[in-house]
Amino acid sequence: MRRFAQLYDALDATTSTNAKVAAMQAYFADAPPADSAWGLFFLTGRRLKRLIAPRLLAVWGCERAQVPGWMAEECFSLVGDLAETVALMIDTARAERRARAEPPSLSSLIEGTLLPLRDASEDEKRGAVMALWDSLERREMYLLAKLLTGEMRVGVSETLAIRALAQHAGLPPATVAHRLMGAWEPSAESFAALIRAGASDADVSRPYPFFLASPLEEEPESLGDRVSWLAEWKWDGIRAQIVRRSGGAYLWSRGEELITDRFPDLSGVWAALPEGTVLDGEVLAFEGGAPMPFSVLQRRIGRQKLTERILAEAPAAFMAYDVLEHEGRDLRELSLRERRAILQPLVAERSQRLGLSASIDAPSWEELRALRRGSRERGVEGLMLKRWDSPYRVGRPRGDWWKWKIDPYSIDAVLVYAQPGHGRRATLMTDLTFAVWSEGELVPVAKAYSGLTDEEIDELDRWIRQNTLERFGPVRAVKPVHVFELHFEAIAESTRHKSGIAVRFPRIARWRTDKKPEEADTIESLKALIRSSARGARDRG
Amino acid sequence: MIVDSPQGLFCPGGAFHLDPFGPAQRAVITHAHGDHARAGNASYLCTPHTAALLRRRLGEAAIVETMEYGERRRIGDVVVSFHPAGHMLGSAQVRTEGADGVWVLSGDYKREADPTCAPFEPLKCDVFVTEASYALPIFRWDPPTDVAREIAAWWLSNSRKASLLFCYALGKAQRLLGELAALTDRPAFVHGAVEPFAAVYRAAGVRLLPTRLIEDQRSFAGELILAPITARGTPWMKRFRAFESAFASGLLRIRGTRRRRGFDRGFVISDHADWPGVLRTIRETGAQRVLATHGHRDALVRWLREAGVEAAPIGVAAPPLDPEGT
Repeated sequence: MRRFAQLYDALDATTSTNAKVAAMQAYFADAPPADSAWGLFFLTGRRLKRLIAPRLLAVWGCERAQVPGWMAEECFSLVGDLAETVALMIDTARAERRARAEPPSLSSLIEGTLLPLRDASEDEKRGAVMALWDSLERREMYLLAKLLTGEMRVGVSETLAIRALAQHAGLPPATVAHRLMGAWEPSAESFAALIRAGASDADVSRPYPFFLASPLEEEPESLGDRVSWLAEWKWDGIRAQIVRRSGGAYLWSRGEELITDRFPDLSGVWAALPEGTVLDGEVLAFEGGAPMPFSVLQRRIGRQKLTERILAEAPAAFMAYDVLEHEGRDLRELSLRERRAILQPLVAERSQRLGLSASIDAPSWEELRALRRGSRERGVEGLMLKRWDSPYRVGRPRGDWWKWKIDPYSIDAVLVYAQPGHGRRATLMTDLTFAVWSEGELVPVAKAYSGLTDEEIDELDRWIRQNTLERFGPVRAVKPVHVFELHFEAIAESTRHKSGIAVRFPRIARWRTDKKPEEADTIESLKALIRSSARGARDRG
Repeated sequence: MIVDSPQGLFCPGGAFHLDPFGPAQRAVITHAHGDHARAGNASYLCTPHTAALLRRRLGEAAIVETMEYGERRRIGDVVVSFHPAGHMLGSAQVRTEGADGVWVLSGDYKREADPTCAPFEPLKCDVFVTEASYALPIFRWDPPTDVAREIAAWWLSNSRKASLLFCYALGKAQRLLGELAALTDRPAFVHGAVEPFAAVYRAAGVRLLPTRLIEDQRSFAGELILAPITARGTPWMKRFRAFESAFASGLLRIRGTRRRRGFDRGFVISDHADWPGVLRTIRETGAQRVLATHGHRDALVRWLREAGVEAAPIGVAAPPLDPEGT
């Protein structure tokens, strides 16, 4: 625990990636394998399920610090992070702490104390937490609170953690990344397996690390000759790999979640694929030869139980665009041209629910540009451009795969609520709610967190604090004065939102200081956007 | 005895203002920080060390009277005296005695040891006016000598880079130089805003780390540089090719504060009383009534009332962005 807390501080204390990699490498070299395994678990963005509700932790923290609840709230509004608030409140003088026992190791803390708490009574949980607090330093108390509430995050990317481990093990990062894919469970043994030399990789379910595209920021002419590039539609579904090995079939989402069971209607697809096959593609809701809006698929994902009716409403299909393994052989070093030559016969006429993401014929960039304009009507997000000569890489290296997305939807909306953000922005009002007009009233339609510069954030933060009309806990209602241009990727009707509208990936494009609140959009104009986007999908259906 | 007025706290019995923020006939000043000792008052009363520091801002023409710690002077209907507050060189609590009993205005104060100023002196009183800059239970300071050792270790570890430590040019900078003087005698470089105040401290017999101005130096690898936060991001910074930056303030106890400001390191060292410090001081004064000012005064007042202490807010409420320079 102490070692991991020191690593956390070291990562926190630098913005240099080299320094971060060096700190992690030193940790892996120094910590016992069982601790390294759990350290890696968190460094790669994995999380424990929540063991204790944050509210309970706050109550115990107040009890420990002999502080009333309102005072804890007062502190929280300054700190912006519950785990940190509790840790700071209960942190006593250093001299007292020195006399205490050594803290447990990270693995014994998690395996010996925390995980067994899952089924414990509230009293048992309280006793265990209070006992742990006796042995911990301030930063460790903070990390413990993060572990308990299932919010442990470390400020490094998975790629960086993998690079550090690969350097520690003397292996290529791609090997380590592959070994970490899928259902990796932290333990001394699994950690040893990650870093052992050689490449015999036994786990049959394991997918390959995904190759991710970068957004195309310039015109496609900058990519050179059109003939060097495969153009496909950018499907708006769930990026996934089908792994078909040793009699089993596994569907992995890009978030490395095993989602096979969520798609029983795709069982015909894996049944039809030969052994030793891994396909990369997109899971879509698909009907009548055309994709349905992502919101349809999303409704299905949200359901606990997959009833016949839901399966019928949003029938799934797998749109394959790459093959990573064929006849048990890793094809990632082959060129895309060679891989597509293998893919095409592999998916042809095997199942109604398995398609090939077609290569778009348009022979010039100009013609491609024209086709892209019709993306929304086709129910796609734009185009993908992939270099024919490229191997299947790991992560998001720039240069070979580009997403050329259509311009987002855009509306003008009025800022109505604000609350503090998290982490770096914990003391700033950066969680913002925006509204549009409906019969003379402002109705909230979107929350956005990003898109403003640091200067704008500071300015807006000051303004919000001085123009708060009312406070509901951390949320402040502010004077409806400021208009912002919001961008988002999709819009759909929703019964879960008061406005009857749900937007996807909203973000702030600009602070429209030139506009008055009266000039913001209306619910009617948003509904018109829904109608125009739905028309295309329906017309084709 | 002490009431709010448009110019700040006012003592009607003695017809003087305390740390006024508007022009006043007679200003009794607790310490030399800018928002307590403003220019434009007709006359000033403060300790000799505060006067020496003030001279730099007010010029030679200002009328500044001084009074040593413990010296008593009748002003109107009240007897006034200064007592050490432990905030910085010359900082004082103001004790007033009159028909309303004994009142003590703490000014800014801290209870931790500080090699650059006299330690806080607890005073018995009927009414205690306390500052509340850090009066929340999340604020507890580690021993300053521990923090000084952290700073020294950070400096030592940056052997190929400059260690750029930002802090307030008056008070905090000299305190850091004083704390570090107990650990090393390696000279530190200082920004031009720090040195004149350091000279006043030295003239008052305070031992500081030797300081050098940065002008002629070519390479700063391995050196410690103390600079005011206002120098950050200015062309002045260009001379330091490779550096790590740190900030020293009590506010940095909150992780988000350091992260948002983008410093490599944050050293939590404050010249204000922390939560245990405020509570202990209130107890030690034996005051029947407590008035709280600055920062988190409203939270402190509510807490005291719930604990059965008569308490009320007075003076300024809004917490400054960073209380350390106040």
